[in-house]
Order: sequence, then structure tokens, then C-alpha cells
Amino acid sequence: MNAVDIAGVDQHYGASQVLHELNLTLAEGEVLGLFGHNGAGKTTTIKLILGLLKASRGDVRVLGQSPAHADVRRLLGYLPENVSFYAQLTGRETLQHFARLKGAALSQCDELLEQVGLTDAAMRRVKTYSKGMRQRLGLAQALLGTPRLLLLDEPTVGLDPIATQSLYQLIDQLRQHGTSIILCSHVLPGVERHIDRAAILAGGRLQALGDLPSLRAQAGLPIRIRLHDSQARGTQHWQAQGLAASAINGGHWFEVSTGQEGKLGVLRQLLAESAVSDVELHQPSLEDLYCHFMQQAGGNQ
Amino acid sequence: MNAVLSIARKEFADGLRNRWLLAISLLFAVLAVGIAWLGAAAAGQVGFTSIPSTIASLASLATFLMPLIALLLAYDSIVGEDEGGTLLLLLTYPLARWQMLLGKFIGHGGILALATVLGFGSAALAIAALVPDIQLSLLLWAFGRFMASSILLGLVFIALAYALSSLAREKSSAAGLALGLWFAFVLVFDLGLLAILVVSQGQLSGDLLPWLLLANPTDIFRLLNVAGFEAAGSVSGLMQLGSDLPHGSGLLWACLLAWSAISLSLAFYLFHRREV
Repeated sequence: MNAVDIAGVDQHYGASQVLHELNLTLAEGEVLGLFGHNGAGKTTTIKLILGLLKASRGDVRVLGQSPAHADVRRLLGYLPENVSFYAQLTGRETLQHFARLKGAALSQCDELLEQVGLTDAAMRRVKTYSKGMRQRLGLAQALLGTPRLLLLDEPTVGLDPIATQSLYQLIDQLRQHGTSIILCSHVLPGVERHIDRAAILAGGRLQALGDLPSLRAQAGLPIRIRLHDSQARGTQHWQAQGLAASAINGGHWFEVSTGQEGKLGVLRQLLAESAVSDVELHQPSLEDLYCHFMQQAGGNQ
Repeated sequence: MNAVLSIARKEFADGLRNRWLLAISLLFAVLAVGIAWLGAAAAGQVGFTSIPSTIASLASLATFLMPLIALLLAYDSIVGEDEGGTLLLLLTYPLARWQMLLGKFIGHGGILALATVLGFGSAALAIAALVPDIQLSLLLWAFGRFMASSILLGLVFIALAYALSSLAREKSSAAGLALGLWFAFVLVFDLGLLAILVVSQGQLSGDLLPWLLLANPTDIFRLLNVAGFEAAGSVSGLMQLGSDLPHGSGLLWACLLAWSAISLSLAFYLFHRREV
């Protein structure tokens, strides 16, 4: 059974259509990154999965059932993008309130507060919390009742690099325990190692969907190889060998572009030269892929 | 049902925490005692006069205060949660919208009911203890009726506040709507009725006008609390119209109950329709 099945979904808000023929599935224990510009349809997709919206056309199933079902909701965890909680309650009281509503054990609250590093602030009012602390409280809230499907909307906003790292570690742990996760984010660097697949939305249409290697193959973006030439022989030397080379920073460093299939050949060629003293390999990053698919989407419209 | 009680519990705890309960109870107690002993000061008399005149003065006061307090307590219930982001979150919980609203209603209603009983009840106790030869049964009956109808009136306006809060997109507009509603029911409605009386110069069917009072919960409340006291001469103005109504207080209670049921249904409907 898939954690999420979205089949042929259109979504209208009044006269404007915000989702076009969306097909998306999430297997159990899979982590999906959902990326897109503002207004691309990310939040709408999340609201459909949460059962807050009813699809204008098409079918949405969550854990095999309709998402509005109370049994499904007990198995969901959701971290909204902006949540300020109740200013007058302490962090602990807030979490306990939500635990009661979800039917989760109250004993879980202290464990979760510790897990997100809020133990020291648990007795302080949420009013005094920083943005990052609220975000972590929200995360603890999403983990109440050990959900099987977790939706995280911009989870790293307001988090410092250490907290961001521990969030990603937590995602890895949860995945190992079989939790399915959808991660919506604008922050692309760093996230790619923690997701199984990426879905890129633009203008309400799914532009690309797949794991990183397949997205790279689909995009056909060049791989950039940087090399350090200790003899500094200039661009002509490399171009004479049939390589698409350009100089960077003048002097010793050059960059060679190649397609995925030519990568190893170029590398062998470079490594055969004793004057090449250093090589850096730059695969298209998630950011590069995102920009590529966004430009493609912009060109189509 | 657990979810309803959890919401109710939080709202009630909020009422305790932000001193609403304490403030309302104290306000009611001070005003009630003040009216009981100083209400006749204008007539050159200081001291407790009579139960009917005390209740009549208290009812006039509660007509203004009760709706205002109820609206203040509840006007941001929905829109406030929306602005804080918790509404969106709560709706993803295993919790139906009606459960959420019912929980809030129980919690807010509990605060208001407890404050009414504590505040006016302590005034009744003070009268019972301090006034010699008081007719205890009459005191109990009159104050019991006054407190019960006050609570009902409060519940009507709590429910109306939810309806406004479900409509409003911003907290400030919910506050504005609440204030407008208060003006409409507490001040404008009676003025309008008087205007109709004067303009029509008796042409309008005299049978119809008393029934119009039933379209305003604050008027029903006042009628309820002066009913049975006509002999005391404390019934004046528009309220005299009420004596033309048949069936006495049973009808009035039924109407006030109907008002709370209708207001709450309206709140459920509007909240259900609200998009998040």
C-alpha cells in the first residue's frame, strides 16, 4: 500500500486552476522532496493530502483511505509553514494539549521535547520562544503519536546549521523506521542526500519527478570537471585535445564540461597527463536541476 | 468526545490563566452589591430597598454587560486561531470542526457561567446575610432566575461571536463586527422599535409589536427578569409591551433557548464553510 496516491488531480480556486493533472505517489518509508516556486502548488498538494481540500477532479488516497478520515489523521504528522502556537502556554503544555487531541500518550511529550532540544525551555511560555524554537516545537508536535506519514512544510526555516543537521538526521532515522515523509522546501543545498526522490512543481504542473540520477539524465546538464594544471598551458592546449575547456581564475585552473556518458573518458584522458595535479568533479546539484526545470517550465508557458 | 473535552479544558484553563474568570466575577459581585444598596440613591434613599427593584436594576445592567463580555471572550476564537496558524494545524487532527467549536463553546460557556454564579451569587449571599427580614425563597427564586437567564444570554452571544469570528478574515474586523452586533442588539434595536411606535402613531397593529421583542435576545432577557414584578412598578418603557405576550415566562425561556440553539447552529454553519 502506498502512503500517498494522487491520481489525475485538478484543483481550482474560483476561476483559477492551481493544479493540472497531478499524479504523484509516495511509497511507504520513502522520503520525497517537493520543490517549487511560491504559488507552484506545493501547499495545495499538501492540503489535499491532509484532507483540508477536496480535489476538484481526480482521486487522493492516503494510507489507502480518504484523507478526511479520522483514522488516517491519527497516523499523520504535519508541520505547517508558519505556526506560532498559543503564546500563553508553555512549550510542554502546548505539546500536551496536542497530544490529548491526537490521542497520543502524554509521556511521549517529554521525550519529544528532548529529541528536538527544547527540554530546557519546556517550562517557558511559547511567547518567549525564538522562530527556530517554535519550529522545533512544531516538529515535536508533528511527531506525536508516531505518525506513518509526515508532511514537513519548510522545516528548516529559522533553524541554525546545527539544528538543520539534526533535523536531517532525524529524517534519516524516521525513514529507517518506515515513516514516509514529504519535505517541502526552498532550501535546496544539503537536502539532496536525505531524499529518495524529488518532485519539482511549477505553475501547478509537475515538471519532473524521480531520484537524482534519473533527473540528471532527464535534464542532460553537463558535468563540470575542474582541473589544476601545474604547467598552466592555457585553454588552447585542452581544446586541441577535443575538450570543451575554459579557464577559471586565469592561471592554473580550467573547467571541462562533458555529458554524463563521456564523463569517465574525459577523466581518464585528464588523469593520463602528469601535469594535472588536482581534479574536482561537479555533478549537477539539486539546485542546478531545479533551475533547469524551472527555466524549461518558463519557456513552455 | 475526548477531543471536545480537551478543547473545552484548554479554553477553560485559558480563562483562568488570563484572569478572565476572576475579573468578571469581581465585576459582577461589585456591581450587584453596589446596585442592591445604592440603587435607590437617586430617590434619596440609601440601603437595600426591595428584591424586585434590585433585580430590575441588575437586569438593565446585565443587558449591557453580558453580551459585551461574551463577545469579548469569544470574538477571536476562530480568526485568532487562524492568524496563529493553529487552526490549520487543528483541522489536520482527528477532530471534526463541530467538535472543535463545541469544545470552545463548553469552555467559554463554563467560564461565563462560573463567573456569573460566583459574582451574582455572592451578591445574593450578601443580601441574605445582611438584610434583616428578607424573604429567602423570593430572593433565591429571583436571583436563580436572573443568573440562569444571564448565562443563557451570555451563551447566545458567545455563539454569535463564533459566527462573526468564522466570517472575519482578520482579528480586528472580528472585533469591529462584534462591537457592531452589540450596538445593534443593545441600543439600536430598542430605538428602532420606539421609532416604529412613534411614527406609526398606533396605526401599526398593537398585537404585532410585543412579538417583535422576541427578535432580540437582550429584550427577552429583560422581559424574563421583570415578569412577575409588574406590581412593583419597576417595569417601564418598552418592557411594558411584554406584558401583552401570552403564556408568560415559559415562552420567554423557550425563545431564549431557541436563540442559543439558532446562534450556535449559525456558528457551526459558518465555521464549516470557512476555508483555511
